[in-house]
Amino acid sequence: MMRVLTAALAIASGIIVLLGYFLRQVFPLFEQLRLLLTDWAVVIAAAAVLVGILNLVTVQMDKLRARQPGGLYGALMVFALVVTFGLGLVFGTDHTFLRAAMDAVIAPVEASLLAILAVTLVYASIRLLRRRTDLMSVIFLVAMLLFLIAAMPKPFGPLPLVDQLILDLTSLLSTAGARGLLIGVALGTLLTGLRVLFGMDRPYGGN
Amino acid sequence: MTAPIVLLLAALLLLALTLLRRKSPAVLRSIEAYERLNRAIGLSVEGGTRLHISIGRGNLYTARGGSALAGLAMLRRLTERTSLSDQPPIVTSGDASLAILSQDTLQSGYRAARAEDQFRLTNGRLTGLTPFAFAAGTLPVIRDEGVSANVIIGELGAEAALLADAAESKNADLIAASDNLPAQSVLYAASQAPLIGEELFAAGAYLGAGASHEASLQTQDILRWLVILAILGGAVLKFLGVSF
Repeated sequence: MMRVLTAALAIASGIIVLLGYFLRQVFPLFEQLRLLLTDWAVVIAAAAVLVGILNLVTVQMDKLRARQPGGLYGALMVFALVVTFGLGLVFGTDHTFLRAAMDAVIAPVEASLLAILAVTLVYASIRLLRRRTDLMSVIFLVAMLLFLIAAMPKPFGPLPLVDQLILDLTSLLSTAGARGLLIGVALGTLLTGLRVLFGMDRPYGGN
Repeated sequence: MTAPIVLLLAALLLLALTLLRRKSPAVLRSIEAYERLNRAIGLSVEGGTRLHISIGRGNLYTARGGSALAGLAMLRRLTERTSLSDQPPIVTSGDASLAILSQDTLQSGYRAARAEDQFRLTNGRLTGLTPFAFAAGTLPVIRDEGVSANVIIGELGAEAALLADAAESKNADLIAASDNLPAQSVLYAASQAPLIGEELFAAGAYLGAGASHEASLQTQDILRWLVILAILGGAVLKFLGVSF
């Protein structure tokens, strides 16, 4: 019974939101209902963040209890979470301490990960031909190298005609490729949404 | 006016082809990544190792929700197929709503396989709410939890390279796809069998999720051909000086 009810609610909500989107001029009621449902969804999403954080804490505490690798880091993370969450509740998110936590901890850590990411990407590019030696990989690497040569600063200054030609060519090809990929992704998204709308896929546990 | 027509056409095609596919299953072309995935599932069950499934950080309230929903459909099928394994799969995500849905999907998958006692709430995890927090939280799962294959499908950014690198350093299989262009280029360079563009949405059909997934794939193909014809037709008309 519960499964049928959840499916019926999900399908009805989906149809109302769609009708509200497409028929807002003809039936303003659907538009109002769409906005109401979207507001509810936003509230539920906010509550879901709290549930998600609880899940994060549970997983880290389980790690600590089971003496798994990284358990201590997990405890540290939970401690930092409790402190910042508590201070945020008491003093508000604009408090100096919370800003300092963002500027002195989060931003440098993310910047460090970005630096590691740059090295990882270079390493992945170097290993690409060892991993797969095919025509597409060669084209991928050549395009990447040409783009880098044209875009990066050179000790003798830019090569006006060559740089521009390479950038125009790579931009033309990559824009065409990106459009093709995005059209494919859009069609996939459309069909996935329709499967959920028709109740063929029920990611809310009713399947 | 175009959008409702495309929507209606897609809906009709999907319904008609689902009915058709129930009678005769589709023959799908071979995609190396999905062949590897099917092999990895078998090896994981037989070898008592774990699958790590990451469904990204696609917010369900945005257009990126499509890849997240596709990831959940794949997760459902993977849960059923690995329900016999000693090591249940771990699911990571970077969005709170998605994490809750992943737990729900895990539970329904086990229920469908009549193995509900295998379900643990902590196997569906929220690992971080920002791109790098998500990556940093997911890395220990890949490294420390006895994972033999990583399936990373969903909305990700360039941080996917960190996950791919961790999988490679553990000699674990990696099947990865994203709807995000930077992530696609990163994964193309970093994975052994990359999935390109809409191949992400084919996961269900290739894992045997049923007629609706096969029909969905066929509808995508038909719509893609229509888009190609429309682009070519538009170019020809423009070339001939016909304005529209």
